[in-house]
Amino acid sequence: MSAVQTFIGDWHALLILVVAGFLPNEVWRMLGLWLGGGINEDTDILIWVRAIATAILAGVIAQILVLPPGALATVPAPLRYGSVLFGLLVFLGFKRSIFVGVLCGELMMLGGKYWLG
Amino acid sequence: MALPALDSPRWHGTAAAFFYGIRSVTTTILTAVLFATYIGIGALAHDTHFSLFWALLSTALVWAGPAQIILLAALGSGATVIQAALAVTVSAIRLFPMVVSVLPMLRLPETRKRQLILPSHFTAVTLWVECFRLLPQVPRERRIAFVNGLGVGLVSTSLTATLIGYHLAANLPPLFGAAILLLTPLAFLLSTVRNCKTPADVVALTLGLALFPVVSMFNTGVDILISGVSAGTIAYGVHRWRRR
Repeated sequence: MSAVQTFIGDWHALLILVVAGFLPNEVWRMLGLWLGGGINEDTDILIWVRAIATAILAGVIAQILVLPPGALATVPAPLRYGSVLFGLLVFLGFKRSIFVGVLCGELMMLGGKYWLG
Repeated sequence: MALPALDSPRWHGTAAAFFYGIRSVTTTILTAVLFATYIGIGALAHDTHFSLFWALLSTALVWAGPAQIILLAALGSGATVIQAALAVTVSAIRLFPMVVSVLPMLRLPETRKRQLILPSHFTAVTLWVECFRLLPQVPRERRIAFVNGLGVGLVSTSLTATLIGYHLAANLPPLFGAAILLLTPLAFLLSTVRNCKTPADVVALTLGLALFPVVSMFNTGVDILISGVSAGTIAYGVHRWRRR
């Protein structure tokens, strides 16, 4: 195989990317553009839509923690919840810095894994 | 690096606004989170035996971390294309309310829908969160150019990370995978907390976190949609009730 062929891979895989990756995401974005493109900024509907977006995002966060994918599944549940809670508390207590909060949450998880062996 | 004042002449011209958009990528820690996440995605694409072009195209076209992880995990575990497409479709539902709530901040009365296609494509969690933080500091007539710049900056950063991750794949320590996967919930949670402006936002976030584990016990396949719409609607109800 030439270098170009190695780089591009086979066309079948690229087709799968479009059908199972690109379209399922883009459909929602374009639907949002088509249906929501005309909504006024100060309407009540927007507060409802924003609340749903926030709550769905909260669901995504909870899903990763409750049903962890891949390598995160090797971290025990109490350590997963504890690390995120610790990160949140540090964030709230330390000038609401996302950087410091994320860092402390990560360090607690890594420290916990190290300690557990 | 702060943005110029709203009435500053430095906002003159869409090119300047586009540039300020790109530059804003450096003002958020979420860029670093994206970078680390996409190193993980690049490595995962390598380990699932997809080509580098495939990995880069997936970052540019799909542009949603969780969806890319789900797609790679599904295809890697031998799921059919239909199964993978369905799983990704469900995970992507959140993009709909995100686009609907971002676009009104960009629009002018004379704005055409086609000018909003690119900002819609760039909409994902990071851009959504940063729009609520940054757009109040951007003059309305420059916001589309600004968001396009921000989107180009974030996607370029992620493409670079995908490339690096793809080449590093085999050399990444095992704990790195777990640390990267923990980044998403941590960063999403903290940035959403920071973005909570109204009591409705707080209720939506808290209830959304609490409802998912309950709904997921029923294994409906659309658990996130059910818990999200219920929690969001209750939050909206609280907003209406408080205002009376």
